[in-house]
Amino acid sequence: MFELLAEIASNRRVTEDTWLMALCSAKIARTANPGQFVMIRIRTGLDPFLRRPFSICGVKEDRFQVLYRVVGKGTHLMTELKEGESLPVLGPLGKGFVDREKPTDRILVGGGIGIAPLLFLSQFHGEKETRFLMGFRSARDILSPQTVMGEARACRVATDDGTQGHHGPVTDLLEETLRENAKRRMVYACGPKPMLRKVAEMTLALEIPCQVSLEARMACGLGACQGCAIKASPQSGRSYWYVCKEGPVFNAEEIDWEMI
Amino acid sequence: MAPALPDLKTQIGPLVLQNPVIAASGTFGYGLEFESLLDLNRLGALVVKGLSLKPMAGNPPPRIVETSGGMLNAIGLANIGLEAFLRDKLPRLRNFTVPIIVNIYGHHTDEYAELASALRGVEGIAALEVNISCPNVECGGMAFGIDPVTSARVTEKVLKNTDKPVIVKLSPNVTDIKTVARAVEGAGAQALSLINTVTGMAVDVETRKPKLANVVGGLSGPAIKPIALHMVHQVARTVTLPVIGMGGIMDARDALEFLIVGARAIQIGTASFVNPRATLEVVDGIRNYCVENGIREVGELVGSLKTETVLGKQASVSRKQRKTSNEG
Repeated sequence: MFELLAEIASNRRVTEDTWLMALCSAKIARTANPGQFVMIRIRTGLDPFLRRPFSICGVKEDRFQVLYRVVGKGTHLMTELKEGESLPVLGPLGKGFVDREKPTDRILVGGGIGIAPLLFLSQFHGEKETRFLMGFRSARDILSPQTVMGEARACRVATDDGTQGHHGPVTDLLEETLRENAKRRMVYACGPKPMLRKVAEMTLALEIPCQVSLEARMACGLGACQGCAIKASPQSGRSYWYVCKEGPVFNAEEIDWEMI
Repeated sequence: MAPALPDLKTQIGPLVLQNPVIAASGTFGYGLEFESLLDLNRLGALVVKGLSLKPMAGNPPPRIVETSGGMLNAIGLANIGLEAFLRDKLPRLRNFTVPIIVNIYGHHTDEYAELASALRGVEGIAALEVNISCPNVECGGMAFGIDPVTSARVTEKVLKNTDKPVIVKLSPNVTDIKTVARAVEGAGAQALSLINTVTGMAVDVETRKPKLANVVGGLSGPAIKPIALHMVHQVARTVTLPVIGMGGIMDARDALEFLIVGARAIQIGTASFVNPRATLEVVDGIRNYCVENGIREVGELVGSLKTETVLGKQASVSRKQRKTSNEG
């Protein structure tokens, strides 16, 4: 894990409200694992005050990328940053996706901006070993692997309004996929909490191992502030997990989905 | 030959620190979280996360929210408890030369005593910082710190059960912090640290829900610095005990303000979240300031505030003068 100034290599809009930023840091790019994140100080001064966490959505040579949705003041300010400017970055942080036993069938389920860490995972393992299911609000919100990673990926898309792909939630696609009889499957998911809850319910019922990447408000990203607590499942033998250090990737059975 | 570097040593009761910069409790974990980012041994001291006898799970999330120039937290003193601290953290901390200060918290006065007693004779602990000021727990914490009588009682109980220097951490959420400071001094504490966070809240107007699950939290960061500075100034003029100042310090200039109003040392808290190396940057910044201003010992700065006298001339209020005016 490093604390360094990373130069912006590019910063561009990819959909109406989503941007992609590439930052130069060989140290981070070479050591990051899929599922890990960075804390970025968007600008010095007091507003925004704290660093913001971003999933790493891919690496290329000495660069790493983050995908961000413009939701508040901080992310709006990020859109104004130009190539050549530098930002303080802390990372790579947290525990990424892990293969408990090497699965033969990796099913990636992403919702909206939540596809970010899954793109990195798919880049890491290559196309052959992964099946990508993605859900978006509408056709115009689709974040294609080609646009983000510069590499095409076969993927199935669902949209809430039916403007492209399956009309309905991405979990419908997962249900279909899980109906097939396959061995050594592993589901990896990231997205809005209701989607994750559904994915967790489905995989837990079928006893298919599932890893979810969660997000939480955090101040430090290092396990020091203990601000990013999420409720642990009763069988975890503890009350809370800390997203920054013990996550952001968890096994579905470790989380109390009632409380999410 | 280069001029001699200024002497940054400072004394907090029986404790001599190599410089006046201390990492504040609750913002630096157990120190080990920052190990790979900075040389812990360059710190004046390090205060670990508030420790209780038994592990505490902490409050439900959301526990933190950013506000203008700072943040609110309601962590609820989540910590691993005495046993795990002694087993898993302290042995690793003993590998460092930096003095380790253990911040202790109890639900009632006897628990403070029990914890102090359990840490008696334990090697590798330089001092205790008694937390009577946490705003985020239902019983204990701030409930003690807002009353001079209970503040003194907790202090006495800890003193009776420890062989270590005792620093008492004060709450700003009181009518008159000087009264509590005097009571704690009277009880025999070796030093005071202040301020803990200022109680506050934030509301989401869309949902009309509080932004913290605990509703109320403690405000920290630059937003509280003027409040902290004023309280440190007041307390430093009131007591003869060494005062450790904190509250919103982000850089060396902020730290210098605290020294000038009378703090012998300072703590860096929330700044470590924004910049994990803030503590060491402050050490370097204080040193540079001393070099640039021809200050040979950092102690020269402590309480060097220049205030206008009634005659309109600048006067530096020396410790001696202060003492006289307090007695009067």
